[in-house]
Amino acid sequence: MDITAYESGNIDIAWCPGCGDFGILKIMKQALAGLNIPPEKLVLCSGIGQAAKTPHYFRTNFFNGLHGRAIPVATAVKAVNPEMTVIVESGDGDIYGEGGNHLMHAIRRNPDITVIIHDNMVYGLTKGQASPTSQEGFKTSVQVDGVFEQPFNPIAFAIAMDASFVARAYCGDAPQTMEIIKKAVAHKGLSIVDIFQPCVTFNKVNTYQWFKQNTYYLEEPYDPANRTEAFKRSTESGKPGLGVFYVNGRRRIFEENLGVYRDNKDPLYRRSLERAGKIAQFFHSVK
Amino acid sequence: MSNISRQIKDDVSIVLCGEAGQGIQTVERLLTRVLKFAGLNVFGTKEYMSRVRGGSNSTEIRVSSNRIMAYSSRIDILIPLDEDAIPHLQQQNRIGDDMLIFGDKEKINASRDIIDVPFSKIALEVGGVIYANTIGVGMILALLGVEIDVLTAFLGDYFRRKNQDIVDKNIAAARRGYDIGRGFSGPGKIDIAIERHPEVRDEIIMSGADIMCMGAIAGGCNFIAAYPMTPSTGIITFLAQYAEKFGIVAEQAEDEISAVNMAIGAWYAGGRAMTATAGGGFALMAEGVSLAGMIESPLVVSVGMRPAPATGLPTRTEQGDLDHVLYSGHGEFPRIVLAPGNLEQAFQLTQKAFNLADKFQSPVIILSDQYLVDSYYNMPAPDISRCNVEQYVVKTDKDYKRYRITDSGISPRGIPGYGDGLVNCDSDEHDEEGHITESMAVRTSMVDKRLRKFELINKEIIPPELYGGEDYETLLIAWGSNYAVVKEALKKLKRSGISFLHFSQVYPLHPSTAGYLKKAKRTIIIENNATSQFGQLIRRTTGIDIGHKILKYDGLPFSVEEVAGQVDAIAHRQGEQLWI
Repeated sequence: MDITAYESGNIDIAWCPGCGDFGILKIMKQALAGLNIPPEKLVLCSGIGQAAKTPHYFRTNFFNGLHGRAIPVATAVKAVNPEMTVIVESGDGDIYGEGGNHLMHAIRRNPDITVIIHDNMVYGLTKGQASPTSQEGFKTSVQVDGVFEQPFNPIAFAIAMDASFVARAYCGDAPQTMEIIKKAVAHKGLSIVDIFQPCVTFNKVNTYQWFKQNTYYLEEPYDPANRTEAFKRSTESGKPGLGVFYVNGRRRIFEENLGVYRDNKDPLYRRSLERAGKIAQFFHSVK
Repeated sequence: MSNISRQIKDDVSIVLCGEAGQGIQTVERLLTRVLKFAGLNVFGTKEYMSRVRGGSNSTEIRVSSNRIMAYSSRIDILIPLDEDAIPHLQQQNRIGDDMLIFGDKEKINASRDIIDVPFSKIALEVGGVIYANTIGVGMILALLGVEIDVLTAFLGDYFRRKNQDIVDKNIAAARRGYDIGRGFSGPGKIDIAIERHPEVRDEIIMSGADIMCMGAIAGGCNFIAAYPMTPSTGIITFLAQYAEKFGIVAEQAEDEISAVNMAIGAWYAGGRAMTATAGGGFALMAEGVSLAGMIESPLVVSVGMRPAPATGLPTRTEQGDLDHVLYSGHGEFPRIVLAPGNLEQAFQLTQKAFNLADKFQSPVIILSDQYLVDSYYNMPAPDISRCNVEQYVVKTDKDYKRYRITDSGISPRGIPGYGDGLVNCDSDEHDEEGHITESMAVRTSMVDKRLRKFELINKEIIPPELYGGEDYETLLIAWGSNYAVVKEALKKLKRSGISFLHFSQVYPLHPSTAGYLKKAKRTIIIENNATSQFGQLIRRTTGIDIGHKILKYDGLPFSVEEVAGQVDAIAHRQGEQLWI
């Protein structure tokens, strides 16, 4: 499929020139075109933040909801219509901060959705405060003495929770990032992809140059099925790794385990809601 | 014991009181069903503490010649199951001089006379302490004059899934209890006369929570996400039990924020979704309600009220969250608040809520309370032939715009994957296609469009219902679950010139409201809260002050006696006597 299927024409994009979001937007479109997912069969869900505006720059269905709440929406969309490809695309503040609880429970629930996190280690839209992944010592107008909290480690967290698919990418490397996203979307079960991305306006520490110099790819013969090794890699001090950290394809899928799909695979909107007979039968049983 | 003499006609109130875990619920369930099976009208309600074991809980079962659906504070027959039962009910001023108290004298150790029935000892003879409950049921049925055959036939069916030994022992226990009851009853002894109606046997008996769920099912609900919270836990429980039978996705969310966002996401994808909670959980849903307002999503939320602020009295009842549901959610957008008065309305209004939500693309809140949710009585099965599932989803075409500006304010609602169009929605202010905008002109037209829906909503407000004559001087006003208690109190007052106006839709208010109030010389509002929130809403809407308020906020529902007594007291202060 051609990438133009996802282009929405001449639109006013709200990102700063040079923002890593541009790269991710293009890579996403290429990956989805590569997977031949028609825009009509895709739903993008996002929260609030600069990354969460991504769906507006796509020609597809989208639900740009509340800050931190994209995952519950996406879970429900998939549960009501499993025929759709459902992707959450939002930032580190949205998914790891405001919506942290939902990420934890989405991993437990394991719906067949993909969660893409634009991780720039800073709050952009509110103009430069620390995010859950900001590095220690990072100074901002609020964290005036520098961040003293330990940064959230989404990869280690997800592996510890036995998430179905856990990966990290760097948006400056388009070909590799696209391969990772394609694997994540094609994977059956919850896929989490943390994408390193510079914020050219508010993060002068973690720049394109910094990410390039301070990351490395998980090399052959790294085995993403090995959870112990994955956890070890994800918690190593020093340069963070890139690539598919962990895959567990044996997890049960949320929507597939719902009773409503046991004998009938139709999405709910195509089903009859004529229930008079069954209701009468029920009332008879409580006489 | 032959010297006990009491005549009770037409209406008897039986109360069981004991610790959580002593089997009150088992007796309640068994007793109400067998009474209905015998053709007797029954009503049951309970008050209980927020704990799993211990404490003092009580259940009232009223048996009556007429249909009843309200709480009475009067107790005719009390079965205390432990020492704390009588003091517990004393605290509620419910221990009268002439009530009959049956119990294990040794165990109860009461300061006043009780009729000694050694339930535990007899139960051990039958086969175990567990049978004490069935002995009690047998005794009560004998007192009510129900034939033993009716009881044994019912028990055989009720316990049919248990093994024969359990069935036999329960029947033996029931017989022992029945013989004891027979010993006390008859002319000159305990003489209870309640009319029986054969048609009652074929009626249904369900709790408020369960019947609301059936309303949801009849309304086409196929998705519920909720976080457990008293008194609404029964809703997700029931729908989860019947999820596969009726084709429902039922998911326990990690919190109420997730629950409401899931419900909205489900509507977006073509489901008919609800969530259920109490005031505290609804506080967490406030942003979601506002989201539904902005993206014009249908949403059904069942809010069961309990006393607040904060955790309050978790297992008790109140009507204190009206303002909360009226004003929660930032910004200006239409909403509908329904407040069922009894189980029939609980069914109808929950059914209707899904149609209203879908039609007006707005949040609909069903406001109930612990009292309504936990009450039950026999009633004819609701007429489902009148329950249409109205669906407003459209198939999209290539040029589909989710927020097309229309005269009515309603933009046809498409869902992703159905048709050739794309469905975009945004919590930011958006243009017709659902894209973020900061255009002031678009903002203004979108606000106007959303608020235009009010005009349509206003055309479909459920009018308040007037009980009693049109030419009243005194008008009683109540909303939600106080329907039945005020209605029965009105009957008790037996006085002309006094009528009752009940609201089952509290927002928006029906335009007829002011007319009803203006006709009255004296208005009295009855609310289960401390600040008369509904009275204030009426004043804000109509400019009319309600003259008198009867308010209660101790965690218990109003009783028929209380309402009648307080209405009478108000009249009395003004030199009239309403009470007969």
